Amino acid sequence: MTIVLLLAPISLLLALTGLGAFWWTLRSGQYDDPKGDATRILDDHLDDGPGA
Amino acid sequence: MTDLAMGDLGAFVRRDATGGGRLELLVQGARCAGCMSKIEKSVLALPDVGASRFNLTTGKLAVTFNSAAGDPGLVMRTLEQLGYRASLFDPSVARAQEDREGRDLALALGVAAFGAGNAMMFAVPTWAGLFGQELSPATRQLMYWLAALVATPCALFAGQTFFRSAWASLRRGQANMDVPISIGVLLTLGVSFSEVLQHGAHAYFDAAVTLVFLLLIGRYLDHKLRLRARSAARDLLALQAPVAMRLDDAGRTHGVPVAEVRVGDRVAVAPGDRIPVDAEVEAGSSDVDNAMISGESASISVGPGDRLHSGALNLSGRLILRATAISEDSTVAAVARLMEIGAQARGAYVRLADRAAALYVPVVHTLALATFAGGWILGLGPREALLRAAAVLIVTCPCALGLAVPAVQVTATGRLFRLGILVKSGAALERLAEVDHVVFDKTGVLTEGRPRLVNPTPALIAMAAPLARASRHPLAQTVAAMAGPGDVAHEVIESPGLGLEGLIDGRRARLGRAGFLGVKPGCGAETELWFGFEGETAFRLVFADQLRPDAAATVSALRALGVSVEVLSGDLAGPVGLACQQAGVTDWRAGLTPLEKAAAIEALKARGRKVLMVGDGLNDAGALSTAHASMAPGTAVDASQNAADLVFTEAHLDSVPTAIRMARAARKRALENFAFSALYNVVAAPLAIFGLVNPFVAAVAMSGSSLLVTLNALRMSFEGQRR
Repeated sequence: MTIVLLLAPISLLLALTGLGAFWWTLRSGQYDDPKGDATRILDDHLDDGPGA
Repeated sequence: MTDLAMGDLGAFVRRDATGGGRLELLVQGARCAGCMSKIEKSVLALPDVGASRFNLTTGKLAVTFNSAAGDPGLVMRTLEQLGYRASLFDPSVARAQEDREGRDLALALGVAAFGAGNAMMFAVPTWAGLFGQELSPATRQLMYWLAALVATPCALFAGQTFFRSAWASLRRGQANMDVPISIGVLLTLGVSFSEVLQHGAHAYFDAAVTLVFLLLIGRYLDHKLRLRARSAARDLLALQAPVAMRLDDAGRTHGVPVAEVRVGDRVAVAPGDRIPVDAEVEAGSSDVDNAMISGESASISVGPGDRLHSGALNLSGRLILRATAISEDSTVAAVARLMEIGAQARGAYVRLADRAAALYVPVVHTLALATFAGGWILGLGPREALLRAAAVLIVTCPCALGLAVPAVQVTATGRLFRLGILVKSGAALERLAEVDHVVFDKTGVLTEGRPRLVNPTPALIAMAAPLARASRHPLAQTVAAMAGPGDVAHEVIESPGLGLEGLIDGRRARLGRAGFLGVKPGCGAETELWFGFEGETAFRLVFADQLRPDAAATVSALRALGVSVEVLSGDLAGPVGLACQQAGVTDWRAGLTPLEKAAAIEALKARGRKVLMVGDGLNDAGALSTAHASMAPGTAVDASQNAADLVFTEAHLDSVPTAIRMARAARKRALENFAFSALYNVVAAPLAIFGLVNPFVAAVAMSGSSLLVTLNALRMSFEGQRR
């Protein structure tokens, strides 16, 4: 049973990392222009970061 | 457009503290990666531009200026040279477009998803214990505590939307859908904690957070629907370019938002533009088309001293006007008041989901209370009785109810959107489904709203065409369009409000009003032009507003749907009667004022009819907001588009039956979903009352019912394909 005590926090930590990443994508506006971002990455001259 | 680009458009730039500013434009026609890079690079190369960012999804370009010298007009000219039509966004409107609420909801949804998934991870081992598998009480206890650790903060954070709305509703002394949801979530958490503390076997931490997660999906869909409709409606209004060309003392024109025009300001109106505010003509003469205001199809000529209403279309000459009212007062006061009364009546409309909640809340809460009281009296003990009461609340949770309507409406409006019909709200769709009587306006709705030649003689058209090509007047352009490309007359002089004179193959010719050619005008209210060579017989060209090609088919399609059709018009009886005869409408009234139109709708309402009003003019705005549901074409004036529930952007009148068909299908699906939820509750509630529900059954039943309701809603995607 000791393994549960070790695995449970690890899995929670992993999931929290995912949640944190989602929070970051939301805050940095990465869902504001999905169509544009998909094409921006293909053009060297365009700014390929998300919009302000 | 040229006039506009030359003016000073500083009012559209949102200034910041450093002297720079931000400008937002709606760019039409940019769809590919190439367009995007072309636009961004060209605008960035302009002087004083610090950044340009094009959003391909929404079609909006944001430009940041480094200094106050940045010129919005230059940006617009640059875009025009690239071949894109650009319209400016009012800074206040642009700011309102930032979607804070959507981001908050998405974050809440993410947190709830995290909570539901991870609480489930700890709940699954305890379910194994429910089926006689080996699970020591100590391990179960540990799992429950871990689940509580994850689920409780997540449910409390993600559920804030529901708690706040429930609290606000309770303070008003009402109970909306969020009240049972909040009670359900909080009670489930509370009972689960008390169970774990007493080493019980039934804790529902995962159910509480899953409930929040599923309901947030419905809430998020509903929000997206409203957002898309709102921003599309704003785009439509921005396309109508709310710019007035104000003249300063030196006689220079400045483009200003219409809202900034003050009484006494001088405003220039070019041919082809609309009159921005109620005004008096100071200089110039022209023909003015009042179709949007009174529904009259014939144009009138105006000169200095004449009064004009906002929304009228200037046809031939440049006019200098003096504003007699500001923008907000410019729509006739009576119309505005009618619109307000209509909006209040609509605010009182009870939505389908709220009607369901009004039935659901008392029944379920009484049932839970009875379970608790009955269980205790029959000797279950307070703890077991409370647990069963909580189980009743959990399994009868309004998950399916909360998803039933938004899922259907999002799918239905998505389909309508692709067909070019814009639905402003879910409630509008519900009202449209109940319609049993349609009232059409004539000009611009049943008819095309622009003149067509009635007596097209090819020889005459070919003779007049060289002169007609030289003018921007809509009647002349109609003639030019019928003749196709060709020569243009020489030495053309255009006398605003009168006509054209010029040389065709060396012979002097005139095209214009009867008086301009020295002949007597034809009888009746028909719109006409005369053409003749100097010293020869003049010929008459008669124009009329033609019926839309699909008008008759639309009327019969509506009849097939069991809806009666009527026409209420402000135009004269002659043209209205003719149009109605062609469209197959027997029930019509002509010469109505805006007030009479709204009163006619009221009278129909009083007889218990559910009326759909379809109109485009300022004279329809009152009737549009009085009616049970309303539609306006994308060519309608601002006030009418604002008043209407639905706006159809395609030039097809059959959008009306299509929208009604879709609304009825959506209503049917929503009712099916409600019926399914009710059936599910009828089965699940007795199980909970008799203590047959455990945390596993609750979790499966809740997710299963939500999934089924959503799948049923998705069937809407195929609706309307078989027409």
